[in-house]
Amino acid sequence: MTARVPTKRNRKLALGVFSAGLAALAIGCGSSYYEIPIETPIQPKMDVSAFQRVLVAGFVAGGSEDVDANQETVRLLRSQLRTKSQLKVIDADLLPLVEVAQEQSQPLIADDRPASDNGSVRPTIGVVLPKQIKEEKDLEAYERVFANTAYWKRIGEEYQNPLIVTGTVLFTPQTRSGMVQRDVEQFDSFGRRHTMPVRTYMERKGFILRPKFVFIDGRTGATMYSESYREEVLYNAQQNTPALSSYFELMDRLVPTFLSALSSQKIKGTRVLLK
Amino acid sequence: MNVRTALVVAVLAVAFASLASADSKRDARTEVEFGINVAQRGLWREAIYRWEKAVELDPTYAAAFNDLAVAYEHEGQLDKARKAYEKALEIEPNNSQIRQNYELFREIHDRTSADKAKP
Repeated sequence: MTARVPTKRNRKLALGVFSAGLAALAIGCGSSYYEIPIETPIQPKMDVSAFQRVLVAGFVAGGSEDVDANQETVRLLRSQLRTKSQLKVIDADLLPLVEVAQEQSQPLIADDRPASDNGSVRPTIGVVLPKQIKEEKDLEAYERVFANTAYWKRIGEEYQNPLIVTGTVLFTPQTRSGMVQRDVEQFDSFGRRHTMPVRTYMERKGFILRPKFVFIDGRTGATMYSESYREEVLYNAQQNTPALSSYFELMDRLVPTFLSALSSQKIKGTRVLLK
Repeated sequence: MNVRTALVVAVLAVAFASLASADSKRDARTEVEFGINVAQRGLWREAIYRWEKAVELDPTYAAAFNDLAVAYEHEGQLDKARKAYEKALEIEPNNSQIRQNYELFREIHDRTSADKAKP
């Protein structure tokens, strides 16, 4: 009994020395890399120094009937521009762009006046526009409304030559099934946690958001810049996510890019510094 | 000067050159470490100065080019950042940390490199 005490002590001592050695080695070697947060300043894609005011006029919107994509997009962009840009945001009623486009698509007859009562300027060639906008090709026919410089110039004059933001928004539901890879938690015989990729068949549903932002010079009615995006989200089929919540989830991903078109932004990220 | 003397001079010259090179590498490492220290305290311009010095001292030091690229990125000097990342990857093409930094950088750079529209 008395002979075993020094043995235990020796073991403890050896363990202590070993641990201290390991610690010293770790300190001596030091870490060879360091994660560091950075903020990259991004210059705006457009020079909007000529404008003091911005009019988010409205969007040609379609897809899901659960979300009024025109109204929601205008409301969201106006609030973002108010807080994150130097431009003064004009509060105005939404332009009924679908109706405007449909009216503009009617062919002119010989004694027709060039401008209709709501100020839209009509082309000489008639185009049949789909009554309901369900998919991308339905929207294509509406896009000529953005090229009608006379119409946009007139809107610009009405609001004292602002930068005009308009475009199209398609928000559609989607269902997809197939093999999905996901990580499954496992514990080994020592109780250590591991994650293993496992492929399983799943039915999923969600939404696709396809906005196109068009920036128009209110002084000339000409398009200055336009950008199209596509974002999608999929959930487990059993999960019941409201359409409006998905819409905001997807727009949230796009708003920084939208803002970076007309004001300088800082993009936060993390990088690794090496020794 | 006989052959033996010439040989001795040549050997000494090589020895001095390799010592100088070792010194440069050590100095470059010191600059990189100091740069990391100041960058962690938010002094990015000082860090750039140190890392520029490091790549001058040792133009084969991939980590120094990587750190310089990160600093340029933080300062919004995206063209310089791209060149520094590419140099770092040219020296160490299989370094996954440099590659990851570069890919994250490109995500931002590609998004912003579209031509600027003017009214």
